[in-house]
Amino acid sequence: MPDGAEPVLDVRGLKTVFRTREGNVHAVNSVSFHLRPGELLGVVGESGSGKSVTMMSLIGLLPSPPAEVQAGQVLLDGRDILQVSSTQLQSIRGARIGFIFQDPMTSLNPVFTVGSQIMEPLRKHMGLTKAQAQVRAAELLDLVGIPDAKKRLSGYPHQFSGGMRQRVMIAIALACDPRVLIADEPTTALDVTIQAQILELVRELRQKLGMAIIWITHDLGVIAGIADRVMVMYAGQVVEQAPVKELFTRPQHPYTRALLKTIPHLAGPRSDRLQVIEGQPPIMMAAPAACAFAPRCAHAFDRCLRENPQRRPVGQGHDVACHWEAGAAHA
Amino acid sequence: MRDASPRKLVEVKNLKMHFAINSGILRRHTGDVKAVDGVSFDIYEGETLGLVGESGCGKSTVGRALLRLYEATSGSVVIDGTDIGRLGQKALRRIRPKMQMVFQDPQASLNPRMTVAAIIGEPLVEHTDLRGNARLARIHELMDQVGLNRAFAGRFPHEFSGGQRQRIGIARALALNPRFIVCDEPIAALDVSIQAQVVNLLEDLQDRLGLTYLFISHDLSMVRHIADRVAVMYLGQIAELSPRDALYADPLHPYAQALLSAVPEPDPSVESSRRRIILKGDVPSPANPPKGCNFCTRCPQAQPVCSDVKPPLLEVTPGRHVACHFVPPITAAAGSTGGPEASERNRQGEDR
Repeated sequence: MPDGAEPVLDVRGLKTVFRTREGNVHAVNSVSFHLRPGELLGVVGESGSGKSVTMMSLIGLLPSPPAEVQAGQVLLDGRDILQVSSTQLQSIRGARIGFIFQDPMTSLNPVFTVGSQIMEPLRKHMGLTKAQAQVRAAELLDLVGIPDAKKRLSGYPHQFSGGMRQRVMIAIALACDPRVLIADEPTTALDVTIQAQILELVRELRQKLGMAIIWITHDLGVIAGIADRVMVMYAGQVVEQAPVKELFTRPQHPYTRALLKTIPHLAGPRSDRLQVIEGQPPIMMAAPAACAFAPRCAHAFDRCLRENPQRRPVGQGHDVACHWEAGAAHA
Repeated sequence: MRDASPRKLVEVKNLKMHFAINSGILRRHTGDVKAVDGVSFDIYEGETLGLVGESGCGKSTVGRALLRLYEATSGSVVIDGTDIGRLGQKALRRIRPKMQMVFQDPQASLNPRMTVAAIIGEPLVEHTDLRGNARLARIHELMDQVGLNRAFAGRFPHEFSGGQRQRIGIARALALNPRFIVCDEPIAALDVSIQAQVVNLLEDLQDRLGLTYLFISHDLSMVRHIADRVAVMYLGQIAELSPRDALYADPLHPYAQALLSAVPEPDPSVESSRRRIILKGDVPSPANPPKGCNFCTRCPQAQPVCSDVKPPLLEVTPGRHVACHFVPPITAAAGSTGGPEASERNRQGEDR
């Protein structure tokens, strides 16, 4: 990946709040990150860590109310898409940013053919005629590895298996040749052998098409195999960000370290007991004033309870939001 | 490890569970979904048998049929010397306390209108004479055992997190001092950091209470952690049944090989150098399984014989059972090794 290239997507200080009966839930708290052309950024975190909400807020897909994007900038090729009108945003969403959701069954419309669902963005955003769109749709199905593509266009979603449906979703997301593809847990609902097929397909497509991808998952194994860079989220904040090898070999944040230790491995030595992170992730009913991980952290000290740590660089392209430093003395 | 001659607590022989397909206006019987189609295995006392496979392979159905939550189509299930399938309702009810289940979805398996104390206490009401304070004392004891705060006994399930709800489900399963527990994907609905908490709890309880588990899961890494032996299921049948370390070090059945190679490892250097076996296509429908070996449609090593003759599950090395034509069974290799395992091999040979 070219290191010095201008980012395709640059997110700065994004804040999203949900207004609920119990009060405001601070789901995204000043999240900043960037995405370079052709790069695959992995976003990991547990449920409720704000990884999906972050991506949904930056493309304006959250229902408002209850959600409200309170602050931040989302620069797509230098232009702030939080400031554009909703019709403009709609065209950006369709043509420049593709989205793949977790569950291919609920994100495809059961009463339309697969072909018409792939052709919809082509006709709307690329201005193709029906005949042109049909040809392009067949090409797309072929691209994502669905055999007999032309015939399958007239099939309905229920006639496809889970893995095939996810391939259709990928075809729709790629229809307009997007700059950025956001994939939200795209393989979580699939079996491992089907997941392996989809991961293989994404690797191929990246080589062929070269778009930048944001890949949201809770599965560190998937991230290890596919990402260039990884961002770890906890309680609506980015707690650590690093190139993939660096993150797995030299994790700095106590949460990342604990997370990597808690998952069992398929090979190598087998421990008799799993490492545990005690407690559970918080629900942020207020903007964070202290480190959100402190109550579960083995290294927490006074400062962690008084002051929310800011991200600080600890290596090449590696930053961490934590007061604790390995080997240093803490009062 | 275990004693020289571990006792079989659960013996499953040729278990079949077919669900009828009725169609047309007259709802005529037009076929069967062969969810479980001839499965045999034993579970030894005190061990954890892992049962893995992809969705739809029949692993949960095996678990349910074992506890006779389904009436099996044919075959026998013997638990602690009693043939579960032949018992009348009254006798079955008397031995229910011995065998319990922990369900996948703690949200759906707990009644939202019952308090935690009522949920954990329900088996005690049904099967024991414990009343009033004695019952409450037992409920508190169970809550302590699974790490739930006694003070929460009056709360409702929705007031707990997913991990805590699973603890409630475990406490309920433990209430009647069972010998055997079927854990049906107990951690699938939980977050990574919570999974380890629940798995450690299950292991602690096994050590303390001498429980025997059937651990059903699709998470192969977690099964490697918790199970002693592992059965790999595909389309209603067992493809391979092996001791844990042997299976993970050297899977013999082509499906077990593909399945293990598909699991992503949380280590980028391993991932970049790994050779994956990518299976083509999808799992066939269990209503219409392929003739011969049920894996022949996707198997990278399939030969003509595979689509004709169904390979039986045979012992290929002591303790390892594989259903594949191209993994030679133990008799073919006999004489080549006369090692110390020979006597055990003979003993197991006679069992069959």
